[in-house]
Amino acid sequence: MEKATQIKLLEAQLAQLASAPHTPAQDEEIMRLQAQVRRLQQAILGEANDTPEMTPMDRVKLARHPDRPYALDFIYALFTDFHELHGDRRFADDPAIVCGFARFEGEPVFIVGQQKANYKQRKMEDRKYRNFGMPKPEGYRKAIRLMQMAAKFRRPIISFIDTPGAYPGIEAEERGQGEAIARNIIEMMRLASPTIGVIIGEGGSGGALAVGACDRMLMLENTIYSVISPEGCASILWRDASKADKAAAAMKITPEPLRAAGIIDAIIPEPGEGAHTDHKAAAEAVRPYLVKYLTELSTLSPEKLIEQRYTRYCRLGAFVIEEPQSLSQ
Amino acid sequence: MAWFRRKRNITDETPPTDRKVRTEGLFVKCPACGTTHFKKDLEANLNVCSNCGHHLKWPTRQRLAHLFDEGRYETFDDNIVSTDILGFFDTKSYADRIAQARQSTGFNDAIVCAEGRLGGRPIIGCVMVMEFIGGSMGSVVGEKVTRAIERAIAKKRPLIIVSASGGARMMEGTYSLMQLAKICGALARLDAARIPYISVLTDPTTGGVTASFAMLGDINIAEPGALIGFAGPRVIEQTIRQKLPPGFQRSEFLLAHGMLDAVVDRRQMRKFLIDALDFMAR
Repeated sequence: MEKATQIKLLEAQLAQLASAPHTPAQDEEIMRLQAQVRRLQQAILGEANDTPEMTPMDRVKLARHPDRPYALDFIYALFTDFHELHGDRRFADDPAIVCGFARFEGEPVFIVGQQKANYKQRKMEDRKYRNFGMPKPEGYRKAIRLMQMAAKFRRPIISFIDTPGAYPGIEAEERGQGEAIARNIIEMMRLASPTIGVIIGEGGSGGALAVGACDRMLMLENTIYSVISPEGCASILWRDASKADKAAAAMKITPEPLRAAGIIDAIIPEPGEGAHTDHKAAAEAVRPYLVKYLTELSTLSPEKLIEQRYTRYCRLGAFVIEEPQSLSQ
Repeated sequence: MAWFRRKRNITDETPPTDRKVRTEGLFVKCPACGTTHFKKDLEANLNVCSNCGHHLKWPTRQRLAHLFDEGRYETFDDNIVSTDILGFFDTKSYADRIAQARQSTGFNDAIVCAEGRLGGRPIIGCVMVMEFIGGSMGSVVGEKVTRAIERAIAKKRPLIIVSASGGARMMEGTYSLMQLAKICGALARLDAARIPYISVLTDPTTGGVTASFAMLGDINIAEPGALIGFAGPRVIEQTIRQKLPPGFQRSEFLLAHGMLDAVVDRRQMRKFLIDALDFMAR
């Protein structure tokens, strides 16, 4: 097989590059090679199974795969000296969001992660404890409290996003779920340090954006970023949640169209048939991207960062300006 | 022979179905207490039931006219309109849905932005249009609100936004979600410029609008009895699998939980806004 040998060659090159110290140029090269490997692997898979391209709903299923690496899997693989910090100082500590400081390639960073189950434990009680990754207002308030602390000391913030959505329950509403999300977004828009968001599973609407209004947004290959769940969309538009596959396709929630729209900056290839097959490799695939964007953002002053962040979101919109300007009342 | 001959054909030729006093549109029944109001009286009372104080739906144009002194205002950015960027199709195409909404409401999208005066002070006022695809926020609402905020900063004019929305617009996918970040970014600048912003929440305000600008006023106030929340009641009922208590997610519930500065009767709203701006603006 010609393709298989090509992959072997590329992987050897990658291993060589990975063992050397990081430089931006090298990281670019690693990313390029990884993408090439990925394309070849997919071509082989396609030939073997004669399967057509994955549908958007297949991506949704992979994004929700019960064996997918969760935030803590990425955190322990990519960082050293991670210390978790707790609590919103108002009401409680929300286990659906983990926060803490750590080192990345020796440099201090701050980490936020939405966590769907306990670390390496995924029984029902472990998922329940994390509320299936659906944060409550106290989770968002913890995250912004600590992100502001990190920004005060000008430490970069890396946010791992993985939530079906903010928790829709009575107590969450009582404590102001909407206000908590709104407050997080406005405060994130004016944080004085660099912010990078990585969608590692589900990017569920406002619940994701509340920790994801970042300078740069990355998505793993089999993830989604959506304004509403495909099921929610289908049940509103067609009064039938089983038409979720139709909704998933219509809303263009997979990385490729979002990259084309400029909503995200890069797509991180996943190992093998998906991140769930190899947690370690999935985390390592993220590393060069973090290095690249952290390096890029580290040169900017706080004022410049905030300005560029605003401009980034300002250009995201699809509208036309009709002529002539209509008359006033 | 009968003393009285029955005369034929003296009644008019109106068919029986039409032979009645026409009252449709003249009277409105209060959905809360059932009192019937003469429509003109109800309108004069700002669509508030004089019997029970229930706040009925209020057409956007009447609300706009009431907000500004002498009902005079100038709209801006009316020419920003939606495009069907995703080629979205549910039961009909999104492009058709937009065209139909524009036709039936007379508005170009789910928000009207205007300049005018309130209590003599020049202000920027935005009012959402619930009839326009459920008051949903897509790219146009996001852009218009952002521009209104930037205008408020440039002209140093207080901003008032009256919300009514089902949330983000699904038919524009993740673009709609991005509007939350865009508007919040603009609000951060407004805040830094120390320009007053009052958010007025009306029935209903939910989803992405609650989770962005509606909850970020210097003062957040609501009309009585308005449904306000992040998740809609149906979604919550599906999650917890039980009926919600009465009054849940209504203005008074939010006030009691510390989520609003005040619940203000529509008939006192102008005075509240004028006094608040006197307090906040120079």
